[in-house]
Amino acid sequence: MITLFITLTLVFISIAIWQMIKIFDLTRALKGEKIDDSQIANDKDNRINARLMLGFLAFIYVITIICVVKYGHFPLITDAASDHGIKNDTLMIWTLALIFFVQTITQFLLHYFAYKYKGQTGNKALFYTDNHKLEIIWTIIPAIVLTGFITYGLLTWADVMNISEDDDPMVVELYAQQFNWKARYAGEDNSLGKSNVRLIDIDRANILGIDESDPNASDDIIVTELHLPVNKPVLFKMRSQDVLHSAYMPHFRAQMNCVPGMITQFLFTPNMTTEEMRNTPKMIDKVLTINEIRDEKSKELIKKGEEPLDPYDFDYLLLCNKICGKSHYNMQMKIIVESQEDFDTWISKQTVFKNSLIAQN
Amino acid sequence: MSEYIVFDKDHHEHHHKETFITKYIFSQDHKMIAKQYLFTGVIFMGIIGILMSSLMRMQIAWPEEPNIIFEFLLGKWAPDGVMDADIYLALVTMHGTIMVFFVLTAGLSGTFSNLLIPLQLGARDMATGFLNMVAYWLFFVSTVLMVASIFVEAGPAAAGWTIYPPLSALELAQPGSGLGMTLWLVSMAVFIASSLIGSLNYIVTVINLRTKGMSLTRMPLTIWAFFVTAIIGVISFPVLLSAALLLIMDRSFGTSFFLSDIFIQGEVLHYQGGSPILFEHLFWFLGHPEVYIVLLPALGIASEVIATHSRKPIFGYKAMVMSILAIAFLSTIVWGHHMFITGMNPFLGSVFTFTTLLIAIPSAVKAFNYITTLWRANIQFNPPMLFAIAFVSTFITGGLTGLILGDSALDINVHDTYFVVAHFHLVMGISALYGMLAGIYHWFPMMFGKMMNKNLGYIHFWVTAICAYGIFFPMHFIGMAGLPRRYYTNSNFPLFDDLADTNTIITVFAIIGALIQLVFLYNFFHSMFYGKKSPQNPWNSTTLEWTASMKHIHGNWQGKIPEVYRWPYDYSKPGYKEDFVPQHIPLKKDEEEY
Repeated sequence: MITLFITLTLVFISIAIWQMIKIFDLTRALKGEKIDDSQIANDKDNRINARLMLGFLAFIYVITIICVVKYGHFPLITDAASDHGIKNDTLMIWTLALIFFVQTITQFLLHYFAYKYKGQTGNKALFYTDNHKLEIIWTIIPAIVLTGFITYGLLTWADVMNISEDDDPMVVELYAQQFNWKARYAGEDNSLGKSNVRLIDIDRANILGIDESDPNASDDIIVTELHLPVNKPVLFKMRSQDVLHSAYMPHFRAQMNCVPGMITQFLFTPNMTTEEMRNTPKMIDKVLTINEIRDEKSKELIKKGEEPLDPYDFDYLLLCNKICGKSHYNMQMKIIVESQEDFDTWISKQTVFKNSLIAQN
Repeated sequence: MSEYIVFDKDHHEHHHKETFITKYIFSQDHKMIAKQYLFTGVIFMGIIGILMSSLMRMQIAWPEEPNIIFEFLLGKWAPDGVMDADIYLALVTMHGTIMVFFVLTAGLSGTFSNLLIPLQLGARDMATGFLNMVAYWLFFVSTVLMVASIFVEAGPAAAGWTIYPPLSALELAQPGSGLGMTLWLVSMAVFIASSLIGSLNYIVTVINLRTKGMSLTRMPLTIWAFFVTAIIGVISFPVLLSAALLLIMDRSFGTSFFLSDIFIQGEVLHYQGGSPILFEHLFWFLGHPEVYIVLLPALGIASEVIATHSRKPIFGYKAMVMSILAIAFLSTIVWGHHMFITGMNPFLGSVFTFTTLLIAIPSAVKAFNYITTLWRANIQFNPPMLFAIAFVSTFITGGLTGLILGDSALDINVHDTYFVVAHFHLVMGISALYGMLAGIYHWFPMMFGKMMNKNLGYIHFWVTAICAYGIFFPMHFIGMAGLPRRYYTNSNFPLFDDLADTNTIITVFAIIGALIQLVFLYNFFHSMFYGKKSPQNPWNSTTLEWTASMKHIHGNWQGKIPEVYRWPYDYSKPGYKEDFVPQHIPLKKDEEEY
């Protein structure tokens, strides 16, 4: 029934448009206007569309300005919570500046020329086929600018991906499965016990497939909430037990895929505790805005007789950022960055692997 | 039944009987095959693809609210009008697959390569009309298989259009990886066969069947673009075929090319030693050139349309050809920029950053050449010209953000976010779509002998142009805020609550943008039947296709094929009264070619 209704509506709308155009043409014919029905642009069309081109240029600028003003606080390009993130942000800001500069100029030239050189009967275009000097200029200039950006980018990349054992990083395993995250700390010896998903033994609560016979494994600690001490390099070793996942920690400018059958890694040094991040002016604003939105929603929910939403407070998050199945959209883990003392207190309360196993008869 | 006359190279006349079936269905005539691609690839698949994206956008904007449209269109997958999470991923996957492969590869190349290669080169038909027909019908079969996969019990493929294993390999991982994925793979295998046969035909035709005087440097840029596109296709599509075959082996015959050490749904699987990263390499070895398979024909069409409607030669013809070749070459050595953070060796990341950012150079050359072409032109704002200018605009806007994504260090934080979605939709999605629409408006008279209504064309263009920016410009910002793509809903992350309004605005633009395409469809079909009859050369173009018979005959030209004496861009040449000199007009005494 709905199908029929929608189809009929569409048919009627089409007929209406058709008839309206016909009536429009007929009235013009009746008024005795000369109708140009060649369907080829005439001077009037050129004039109107040329002005619209200029209008469109304005539209591009306006939408850019509106987005920058209204959404300019969205991008994660300041307040990076990791050491390398600060360098990344600088590179990002430079690149964005270049993009906005080139965008503003080229769009201007494109639309302004389109406006300025609109067709007019009697006019003739300039027969201008090529100019080697110009071609060389706009090959060389982008090449030089890009050389700079490529070099800058590659140096930053080398810096981010370089994992040096000298930093004495704390080793943490991130373990992904449909649809949750676990983290495994290496314990006192700072080395993870060997593991393979073939060793998973649900009955003994060996959920990550850790090799029980490996002495390094006994002091490993498995948790579902990631705690990190501030200013200490952390080397993440990533694993997945089923499909591809991606460990995305946007505030730390960190991301690496978790690939079944292999171990991937990423190192960063958190430089701001959760508390410090919550107190940055930008985050205070953001949390305020979000809570206003949530309050509005809660009011509606209460009207409907449902539970209101909890107020929000900022926490770092680890998100899954590689399509992994039905609940991909809700695969997250909280990250807490805290002082070394707080971290030590927290970790001392966790159960080590050998004690977490269930004995079997 | 009608009789028609075929002229072969030696101008012997043959008389054939033509039936409805040989003329409209199993046709070997390139013009009819072009129209078949247009209807199947562009119109039919385009409607499905756009509809799917509208459903996705509605889900993102209003995730909790029951939606009568979902209930109506998705049936059991939207009980009480609430979309199922699995089907959201299926929509993501099928929208990507249909748009990239069916609309913008087969639809775009199939329509315009077929229509224009013989006509602009002065050939009676493709090198082999029979293989051309086979290519179309293989494409048709793959279309049927892909559409059929939407209707299988457990839903169509849902692992993303990149179908990374293990998600795509294991039915235990998601329901779409069952029969739906099998059909996807079979459909793509047939599709690739079609694409290869088609491409070989294009290449052979361009090399062998140019008319007298049509040297390579006198070919229109459209043909250069189609030619190079076909070459990239022949180089890269077989690699995807091999990836698909290996994946079929892993799925059905127990091999472990891409799978290793998997524990899922409480059981350990037998796979050992394979690597999903191998699949990613194979996929992107096609996947990145694919971007240029989509984009180059649009660049070619834009070049032709901009020159014709600005009544001015395209600026820097040779630089344009060189940059097409440079882009084509570079496109085959940059695939790793899709894999910076997959666990690939970071050193490789450096190499791919380097090669990727190099592409900005030929792209910049092209953009500047287009802009210079407009300088001191006499621009006729016909609908195709508007789309061609908008093409340059989105090509720049979308291309520039490639500087961020191609830079491995910056890619870390925007990889797989909405920033990527905004980037590639602008630079290859919208741009290629604009190129395609410019082509349809421009060559509609050639295809159907009728003119499209220009006023409806203007309405279609301006609303579409505003919506395209309205959708994708704000999307960069929510992407840089860290919002991952392919999330069924963002409501599980209060962190992203402040992005919800922006998402709603984007959806509103998306819906308007989708609806306005109905004006185009109306214009298209109405003009096809009731449009004003087109004159022989409505746009006063210089290229050969406008000298061919407007009434479609097999063999294209009544009588002799025209010879070519000049390059294709003699617009507003001094010394001539008219502002265009067609390619088949001999040079005057003492006239320089250009």
